[in-house]
Amino acid sequence: MSTMIVPTEKANVAPEPTTPWRPTRKSKSISSIVFLISVVLSAAIVLLTGLAGIDGFGLAFFAVFMAATIGRSFRLNQKNRKDAFVGVLIASAAVLAFFPWMSIFASVILKGVRGLQPNFLVENMQFTTPDDELNMGGAAHAIIGSMLMVSIAAAITLPLGILSGVYLTEIRGRLTFLVRFVVQSMSGVPSIVAGLFIYTTFVNYTDAFSGMAGALALAVLMLPTVARTAEEVLKLVPDDLRSASYALGARQWRTSLMVVLPTVRSGLMTAAILGVARVIGETAPLLLTSLSNNSFVFNPLGGPIGSLPTYVFGLLQIGTENSINRAWTGSLVLMIVVLILFTTARYIGGKDKR
Amino acid sequence: MQTSVTSVDGEQGEPKVVRGLEAKNIHAWFGKHHVLKDVSLRFPERTVTGLIGPSGCGKSTFIRLLNRMHEFIPGAAMAGQVLQDGHDIYSPEVDAAAIRLKVGMVFQKPNPFPAMNIRENVLSGIKLAHLKVADHDAIVESCLTRAGLWKEVKDRLTATGGSLSGGQQQRLCIARSLAVEPSVLLMDEPCSALDPGSTLRIEETIKELVEKIAVVIVTHNMQQAARVSDFCAFFLADGGPGYLVEADATKKLFTNPSDTRTADYVQGKFG
Repeated sequence: MSTMIVPTEKANVAPEPTTPWRPTRKSKSISSIVFLISVVLSAAIVLLTGLAGIDGFGLAFFAVFMAATIGRSFRLNQKNRKDAFVGVLIASAAVLAFFPWMSIFASVILKGVRGLQPNFLVENMQFTTPDDELNMGGAAHAIIGSMLMVSIAAAITLPLGILSGVYLTEIRGRLTFLVRFVVQSMSGVPSIVAGLFIYTTFVNYTDAFSGMAGALALAVLMLPTVARTAEEVLKLVPDDLRSASYALGARQWRTSLMVVLPTVRSGLMTAAILGVARVIGETAPLLLTSLSNNSFVFNPLGGPIGSLPTYVFGLLQIGTENSINRAWTGSLVLMIVVLILFTTARYIGGKDKR
Repeated sequence: MQTSVTSVDGEQGEPKVVRGLEAKNIHAWFGKHHVLKDVSLRFPERTVTGLIGPSGCGKSTFIRLLNRMHEFIPGAAMAGQVLQDGHDIYSPEVDAAAIRLKVGMVFQKPNPFPAMNIRENVLSGIKLAHLKVADHDAIVESCLTRAGLWKEVKDRLTATGGSLSGGQQQRLCIARSLAVEPSVLLMDEPCSALDPGSTLRIEETIKELVEKIAVVIVTHNMQQAARVSDFCAFFLADGGPGYLVEADATKKLFTNPSDTRTADYVQGKFG
């Protein structure tokens, strides 16, 4: 006897795979038509009324599109109407947040790309004045100086930062509170104060501005970022893994070194990236520690050294057309350097075995 | 067969050194909370001992006391003795890491190390504890074979542990524990997260393991205790700290227990 809980009627057509939860093609095309009409309408408003410029267009578009979306949703039930309304709000907020970022990005690229010529990446400013044509001189000395200082800062900070993260999450010794307190207050230190600190100590003591001094100032700023990120990342390691390691007869330091740290390798790489991102554009502390230089310096203790932020800052102060162009190109190169660093770091650290 | 698992009290004056693991008058606390009261049990070599009882009666706490994992929990305290071949593992001169090497543990949730592949997972104990081993390949093969996993993974030893199914991961964890050659293996509900097929494989593994070492298994599955264990201990906590009600040969405990509460529990009347 067949069971009573299975319906007897059989489907006589072979089923086709469908996605009923997705918007249909029809509703999608209606959406894009509504979008286009809104664009045209807002353009008309900008032309016919007092609203002007891109701000006016944005405002008009927001109002028109909102009205259209709500109008469309009237044939739906109340829940969907709310959904449409909030959807437009959220999308507008996203555009609003996206806009300044895109604007900065676009300005730097548009204004910087003119000066981005091969000589910019290989020459320095030793025999070029800022006013010279853009096909003379370059920022190679500044790129090298920045890389040198950030590398030294990272070499000092990454081990220290990761170790303090390990202390806070793994060892949890008696000084945990103190360490966490110091790290948190350090992250609130204004960058100029970090520069001043190195100025009154290292620069005074060695009696010279230098790349090392700059690197130390950057390290002061980088340490709290790395330490806090490392702590957050290490907290994510499940205790199961630590237990498993201890149950295999491992001591604490080997557990940390061989089980906990490798598990969050990519997270620690993120900590490093955030640390570098924190300091690579810093200008104020460098003005007090590494100063600037127009020629190549490879020795971190060999006196004042150029860097991309001070390069940009110096040229902007001169204020002539070509010097400002150079400054924009310097900013663009700084952005590209950061992009390259991050991509490399992600590539190295992101190869997580999962 | 006369029982060699000793229940509460008695026999304190026994002079001869017992091979294997023995717990004497164990108590445990978390902060001021008394969770385990006066448990004495013996785990002779080459036997499987099942620990049964309702949740919260201190079984897990008890086995964590047997390899000094209890002390990792903040606020944990204990009283009594755990003797390994006659030596108290809690005496001050004893190195806890060395004890955990001898008394391995498999956890409720499979926890292979995510940053290591299958082969590295098996060898992890050797590296973590700094052991010198000549032939790594032989260790990997023998441990995986004993854990009943070799045939399934021999062609993909460099895959990650996470790519295995839950049951395979648990057997990988067993293989990992075996690599450091423990004399006792503690298993804390090793099958509670697994399907019946994987459970069966692990039970077969336990039966093979016991030819060489002692196994202590905590389980909520009465049939499993009946299937795999030689001896069984029934724990209970009526509101207060957990305690040992009865321990005996498994057959006797399941068919003719001396305590009515044991009878009720094994027949599924409560718990």
